[in-house]
Formats: sequence, structure tokens, C-alpha cells
Amino acid sequence: MIEIKKLYKSFGDKTVLNNINAVFETGKTNLTIGRSGSGKTVLMKTMVGLETINSGQILFDGKDMVSMSKKERHLLRESIGMVFQNGALFDSMNVADNVRFPLRMFTNMTAGEMDKRVDFCLDRVNLGNVHTFTTSELSGGMRKRVAIARAIVTNPKYLFCDEPNSGLDPQTSILIDNLIKEITEEYNITTVVNTHDMNSVMGIGEHIIFIHQGNLWWEGTRNEITNTTNQELNDFMFNNELTKLLKASVLEKTVK
Amino acid sequence: MKIFSEIGSYLILLKNVFHLPENPRLYRKKVLFELRVLSLDSLPIIAVISIFVGAAIVIQLAANLSNPIYPRWITGFSSREGIMLEFAPTMINLVLAGKIGSHIASEIGTMRITEQIDALDVMGVNSASYLILPKIIACVLFSPVVIVVSIFLALTGGWLAGTLTGVISSYDFIDGLQLDYTNKSLIISLVKGLVYSFIISSIPAYRGYTVKGGALEVGRSSTKAVVESCITLIVANLIITNLLL
Repeated sequence: MIEIKKLYKSFGDKTVLNNINAVFETGKTNLTIGRSGSGKTVLMKTMVGLETINSGQILFDGKDMVSMSKKERHLLRESIGMVFQNGALFDSMNVADNVRFPLRMFTNMTAGEMDKRVDFCLDRVNLGNVHTFTTSELSGGMRKRVAIARAIVTNPKYLFCDEPNSGLDPQTSILIDNLIKEITEEYNITTVVNTHDMNSVMGIGEHIIFIHQGNLWWEGTRNEITNTTNQELNDFMFNNELTKLLKASVLEKTVK
Repeated sequence: MKIFSEIGSYLILLKNVFHLPENPRLYRKKVLFELRVLSLDSLPIIAVISIFVGAAIVIQLAANLSNPIYPRWITGFSSREGIMLEFAPTMINLVLAGKIGSHIASEIGTMRITEQIDALDVMGVNSASYLILPKIIACVLFSPVVIVVSIFLALTGGWLAGTLTGVISSYDFIDGLQLDYTNKSLIISLVKGLVYSFIISSIPAYRGYTVKGGALEVGRSSTKAVVESCITLIVANLIITNLLL
């Protein structure tokens, strides 16, 4: 479980995150939604330690990351997997080496054990036949799946995904969403996903927080989101004809 | 004030670079890889420049020192000292600052803007050390080879050009090369080479590592890296020359 308490973050005079309090539960797919520039990527970066915070606490299973020693933080980072918006795969390595990298860096596994683990993770993301591909030979969806395989190769306790389906077609997006949800439940990990994709919200959003102008504006589940009276969330979620129709149909069903 | 802040950031980065590696075996492999990419691959350009500039130096000196008041060995002697003390360490490293410097800055800069460095950091890898240390080690380790190869080829090029064009006899040139030779010049040359190779690998690495923005900024930082490396190298050359001679 990850708990955020009274988190403040600013860049110079500009406050980017203002008194954020949230709980991301283990075994659930936790979604952070919000407009571009709302602060959700900064929130994720503070949680993984890529950005420092001004004040507040980020508790990983009760231990505050901010007050951890360098060694403790190092150990924590080894239990974190992250999928970046564009995959952030290493260009100088092929697919298998990308997935193998954390194992080579942090474990004492033999070459055979590593190969087995890499095969397992690539099979898990349905990419059993791309081991020798270079990263430039992969499609957008494949890059995301390789990034997921690399993120889970060390059996992380926490998985962070920054807009995992940006730039993907709807079908591939659903595939990636389902994969994240399955992995979260299968390995009982704490997953936090940044997204502004309505499909993801309705498909995998077990626990959702809405960040608006650096503030936590709304918190709930995908079932609650359609009934919300929160104006900013409604404007964000139901901003086109398709989503408006979807909301109307859900509400109609609820009334019936 | 900005320059002091930049120097401070550079020194902080170096502190992170010289850090115990998470997995020394992986670092060793990376050093070998960088030795090939940064150093061995630079040998052809070093060879071409050394031979032709060495040849030009000898022809120019022979022409300027043709007056009979100068001893005949003066061309060989001056060529040796000029090539060993200035051309091989300084000129060659200035050329390498362009080749290696732009390579390092653009490679690390691209990794920064595509979040590959963030990915390393999230994994718990000391990205500064993992990406920069092997490059610095490769450049510094290979520096003596570069210097010795460059001196040898420049003097050979000079001897060939001098004798083939008839501006100096082979005997006079070799006589001048051997005159009052001590290892001091070679040691100064090697020391200069070590310092310069550190400069031309660490400054571009700093520029690449701290780049912000997109492809345009990577290009700008690459240019900046080469210019700053060259200026730092020239200033260092003046200081070392004063200190060691």
C-alpha cells in the first residue's frame, strides 16, 4: 500500500501539487486522472523518487520514502517497476537485453535462470517471439508491452505506469489495460496508473483520484464516476458526444 | 554567476560519477564497449591527421629554417619537440573533442529526453556512474595509445614528406630527432593527454546528462559541449605547459 500525506510540490513560485492526501491499495489498479499539466505526472515522479517534494510524506507500506536513508531508498527502488509514457527502452539493447537488464544489475542469477525469467515475462505480455528485435523494430504497443515485461521482471511490489496507452489505437489500449490489471491481481502488487483515457477509467479503474490544478479534486471508483456531480470531473470525463452518450446510457440503466 | 552554478553542478555530477558501481562486472563490459566505440574507432582519423599535419610541420619548418646560420638538425629537433609537446596531446585532443564530445553529449542527451535515464534511476541504478564512468575510463585509458600513435605517425609523415620533397635529408632529420632526447617531453605529453581526455569526456557527458527539452536542445547541448571542451582544453594546456616546463 502507498499512502500520500499532505504532499506539497512546487517549481519556483508555481505550486504544482497542493496538499495531496491519497491511499493506493495493494492488489488494486489505482488510477490518477487529470488534464495535461494538472500535476499527475509530477505526482508519479515524486512517488518514484525522480522529483523531490517540498513537504509531506510518501509511505510505502508504512515507511516514509522521504526520510529513508540512501540505502533504504535504494532497496525500495529495486522493488519498484515503472512503465514510462514512451516505454523508455534502452536503444543500445535488443528486447531480451532490455528485459534482462535489471536482473543483470541487481541479482546473482545465472545466465540460464535469467533467460528463463526473461522468456517468462515476455510470454506473459504475449511477446514470445521478439527477443532479438531492436527497439526501433517494435510498434508502439509492443514497446509498451516490453516496458511492462521489464517492469515486472524483478517481481516488483509497486508498479507505476505513466499514460501507458497514449498514442495507441483503442484495441491495443484495451490489451495494455487488461494486461496491467491481470498482472496487478496475479502478483498482488500496488499499481498506480496515470491516464486520461476514458476507456481505461471505465475498464480498470478500481480506485480513481482526479487531480485538478494540482489539487486532489475527487476520489472514487469507476461506478461512482458516472454519477458524480463534480463539475470539473464531468467536464474532464464527459467532454465529447460519445462519452456523453455513454454516461446517459449508464444512468438510464441505473434508473431502471 | 551562472558559470559558478554550472561548475558546481559539474562537480556534483562528477561526485556521483565516481561512485562504487552496483555491478562491477557489467561496468567492465561497458568499459570494453566504450573503448571500441570511443577510442578504437577514432584511430583512423588520428592517423590521417597525424601523418598529414606532421608532414606539413616538417616542410614548413625546413622552409623557414633554411638559412645556413641554423644547424641542419634544427628542423628534426623542432619538429620532435613541437609534435610531442603540442601537436599530439593538444591538437589531436581538440579533434577528438569534436568527434567524441559530440558523440557523448548527443548519446546521453537523447537518453535523457527519452526518459531512459529516468528509467535507470527508478530501477535504482546510479545512472550518472553507469553512463559516464565507463566513457571517462575508456578515454583516459586509451589516451597514452593515442598520444604515442600520433607522435609516431606525425614524425613518420614528417620524415617522409621532408625526404621525398628534398627539403631535408633523412640523416639530418633523424639526427635532429635524436638530439638531446630525454623522456621528459614524452611524459609531459602523456600527462597532458590524460588531463585532456578527461576534459573531452566529462564535459560533454555533463552537457548531455543535464539537457532539458527535445531534439533541438540535444543538438544545442552537443555544440555547447564541444565548444566548452575545446576552450577548457586550451586553458588547461596553458596551465600545464607553464607548470611542467
